[in-house]
Amino acid sequence: MDAFWIGVIGTSVIAYGLKFSGHSVPEKFLSHPLIKRINLLIPIALLSALVAVQSVTTKNSIVTDHRLVGLGAAIVALLLKASFPVVVLSAALTSALFYNFF
Amino acid sequence: MSRVSSPTFRDSLSVSFTVGAYGVAFGAAAVANGFSVLQSCLLSLLTFSGASQFAVIGVIGAGGSAISAIATASLLGIRNGLYGVLMTPILRVRGIKRLVAAHVTIDESTGVSLSQESRGVEAMRQGFWLTGFGVFIFWNLFTLAGALGAKAMGDPSAWGLDAAVPAAFLGLLWPRLKSSTDKLLAIIAAIFAVATTPFLPAGLPIIGTAVIAIIAGLRNVK
Repeated sequence: MDAFWIGVIGTSVIAYGLKFSGHSVPEKFLSHPLIKRINLLIPIALLSALVAVQSVTTKNSIVTDHRLVGLGAAIVALLLKASFPVVVLSAALTSALFYNFF
Repeated sequence: MSRVSSPTFRDSLSVSFTVGAYGVAFGAAAVANGFSVLQSCLLSLLTFSGASQFAVIGVIGAGGSAISAIATASLLGIRNGLYGVLMTPILRVRGIKRLVAAHVTIDESTGVSLSQESRGVEAMRQGFWLTGFGVFIFWNLFTLAGALGAKAMGDPSAWGLDAAVPAAFLGLLWPRLKSSTDKLLAIIAAIFAVATTPFLPAGLPIIGTAVIAIIAGLRNVK
C-alpha cells in the first residue's frame, strides 16, 4: 500500500473515531477549557501552514510562481467578503492566466 | 419524526447545497495532488470532514509521509468530537442511529442544529439530520464531479488547480481569525512552515505548527 491509500484509510478511521468519541466519552473530558482553547488554535496554525506550504514551496525548496499570484487574488476576494467558491475560483483563474501567459 | 417546519427545512437545504458544492473544489484538488478518483471519493464518503480531507491531500501532495498526513488531518478532526459532546443530549439516540449520527457530526449539521434552538428541541434534531444527510449527499456527488473534471483537464497548473488548493485552505482559515492572537499565530505558523521546509522532511513543517498552537493555548491561561 502506498502513502495515498494509507492516508485515505488511516484518516477515515481516525476521523470516525474522533466523531464517535464525542458521542460516547464523558463530557467533562472533551469540554475541559484548556482542550477547547487549544482546539480553536490548532486549526489556525495547521491551515495557515498548509496555505503557506502549498503556495510557495515545491518538494523541499521555496519557490515563488503563479500559485502566489493566485493566492494574492484569493486574499483580495476575501477582503471583498467574497464567498468560498468565489475565493477559490478567483485564485484558480488568476493563477491559470499567469501560468499560461507569462 | 414529526412534520419538519419549513424554516428548518430551508436552512438545512440551503446549507447542504452551498457547502456540498465545495466538494467540487475538493475532488479537483485531490486529483491535482495525485489521488485517484476512487481515493478522492472514498475520502469524502468515509472521512467526511472537509478540513481534514484537504489536509490529507495537501500533506501527501506536498510529498509528506502518510503518518504526518494522518496526524494533521486528525488534529483538524478533533472539533467533530467536541460537536458530538454538544449533540448527544439533543439527539438522544442509541445503537445504529448513534453510529450514523457520529458520521454526520460535522461543522454544518451541528451549526444548523444549534441555530434552531428558538424553534425547540425537535427542530434542532431535524436540523441536524437534514443538514447531516444533505451535506453528505451533495458533498459526495460534487466530489465525484470535481475529481472527474480535474482528471479530464490534465495539467493542473494550466487550470489553476494548484492555486485553488491553498486558496481553499485560506478560505477555511479566514473566518477563524478573530483575535489578534489568532492572527499572530497564523503568521508565525506560516513563516515556520515555509522556513523549515528546506530542512525538515515534507509534512513535518505543517504538523510542527500544532506545537506552536499548543504553546499559544497554554500561555493564554489566565
